[in-house]
Amino acid sequence: MENNKIVSVNPHIYAPDTTTTIMRDVVLALVPAVIASVLFFGPRALLVEAVCIAVAVLCEWGFEKICKRPNTIGDFSAVVTGLLLALNLPVSIPIWQAAFGAFVAIVVVKQLFGGIGMNFANPAITARIVMLVAFGSAMTTWTAPAFADATSSATPLSIIAGINGVTAGTHTADELPSLVQMFLGARGGSLGETSCLALLLGGIYLIWRKVISWHTPVAFIATVFVLTALLGQQPLYQVMAGGLFIGAFFMATDYTTSPPTPKGKIVFGIGCGLLTVCIRVWGNYPEGVSFSILLMNILNPFICNLTRTKPFGGVEA
Amino acid sequence: MKNNKLAILTNGIIKENPILVLILGTCPFLAVTTQASNAIGMGAAVTFVLLCSNVMISLLRNVISDKVRIPCYIVVIASFVTLVQMVVKAYFSALDTALGLYLPLIVVNCIILGRAEMFANKNGVLDSALDAIGMGVGYLLAMLIMASIREIFGAGTWFGMKIPVLADNNISIMTMAPGGFAVFGLLIAVVNKVSHGKAIKKKDFGCEGCPSAASCGQRGCERVQKEANA
Repeated sequence: MENNKIVSVNPHIYAPDTTTTIMRDVVLALVPAVIASVLFFGPRALLVEAVCIAVAVLCEWGFEKICKRPNTIGDFSAVVTGLLLALNLPVSIPIWQAAFGAFVAIVVVKQLFGGIGMNFANPAITARIVMLVAFGSAMTTWTAPAFADATSSATPLSIIAGINGVTAGTHTADELPSLVQMFLGARGGSLGETSCLALLLGGIYLIWRKVISWHTPVAFIATVFVLTALLGQQPLYQVMAGGLFIGAFFMATDYTTSPPTPKGKIVFGIGCGLLTVCIRVWGNYPEGVSFSILLMNILNPFICNLTRTKPFGGVEA
Repeated sequence: MKNNKLAILTNGIIKENPILVLILGTCPFLAVTTQASNAIGMGAAVTFVLLCSNVMISLLRNVISDKVRIPCYIVVIASFVTLVQMVVKAYFSALDTALGLYLPLIVVNCIILGRAEMFANKNGVLDSALDAIGMGVGYLLAMLIMASIREIFGAGTWFGMKIPVLADNNISIMTMAPGGFAVFGLLIAVVNKVSHGKAIKKKDFGCEGCPSAASCGQRGCERVQKEANA
């Protein structure tokens, strides 16, 4: 029985947002990316996404049942985690590996730390990194997308890494897709990361709905743009390549694992961008968005502490 | 009295499992548990050293001066470790290669020094021996479970035998360091869940059960803690 007659401390502001509405908005924002993934990679993309979502929801339900915790599958957060994980996988991923990833995301990263709002790192990102380390070859076997002129199935970033001699590879600059192809998504890569257009639509929808603020994505993408320009790479290309858009709009803005204040969000975004560029340019991996977000997730408590806002009328601490 | 002896023996297996509850000796635990056979070898070596050193230290507990007890313990433990090392080198050369540095490092294994400090220097020979066997078995079992999980899923084998489906679908992160930490954490979580977190309750231990009691500057803190609990 809920007692509605309790008077709580002010401010008495009512907001209609609940976890459910926010997560529903995120799912809606990801719809363009899902459509793009099916368009470019065929119906198996849908299968991978369905498996990840189903396993994520099942794991959430099962774990909460075992631990006698309140059931939270109704708030769509497991759906978002499963979908984000699926969008970060290559289309050819074996189904059992995708299911393993969803299990790691929900049980190990989210529920073992206390469920929604308690996880120290983004579940989808962490699960993707676990899978990248565990199934190295399956996670970097890319399929050539439909509508692409280039025959190569490698991601643009691994082609660039090959040209620069960072990794072994016999790629040439001719294999790189054009900027338009990059923007539309006709290139090798994970399911949901290729179409910048679809992700941009989703991101703008989220900002318009005030689900996320512009600070983190803009700081993240701008940092990558400026740093790659300074380092003599092609900035526009670097910004659109890899998982930067999905990372900046959907992963780095996770409420639990990123700072709440605008100042903190900007610091978080710049940190992500810095690490991404470092890994891309000097690291062994061609792509560094997921690692950078995970590392910044871990730094998040410190960023929160150092960017605390002064309460109105308060004294600087 | 009989019951008490049984309690001492079984204490180390779950309730005060040296690895999963006391969290002692984790370095070799993480490092050599990539194969079940290594885990058995390491577990047996530690159990042997633990038994011998506990008995020896219990015998000498009235002779050793309190001020120099830690160096004395180390001398006793190091002698037995040297013994084990020579035997392993002579008769189990494959195990010696697999365990490598971790075999001589048993000298500084926290479980052995911890049990000497926590138990053997306060209790009789028989009790100390029972405690050592219990702790040793607990260590061996924890090693075996951890190594089995890591070997079965990470390499698709168990004691070197191929497991049909898993051998082709191995999750290689399990045999690497991050996988080791992850499985370790999950095992601790399971033990806590099974024992309802009771295993780790501090007030049951007091200073006597605290692994850093020897170096702790506040040996009187037990009284303070009891008052706080009351």
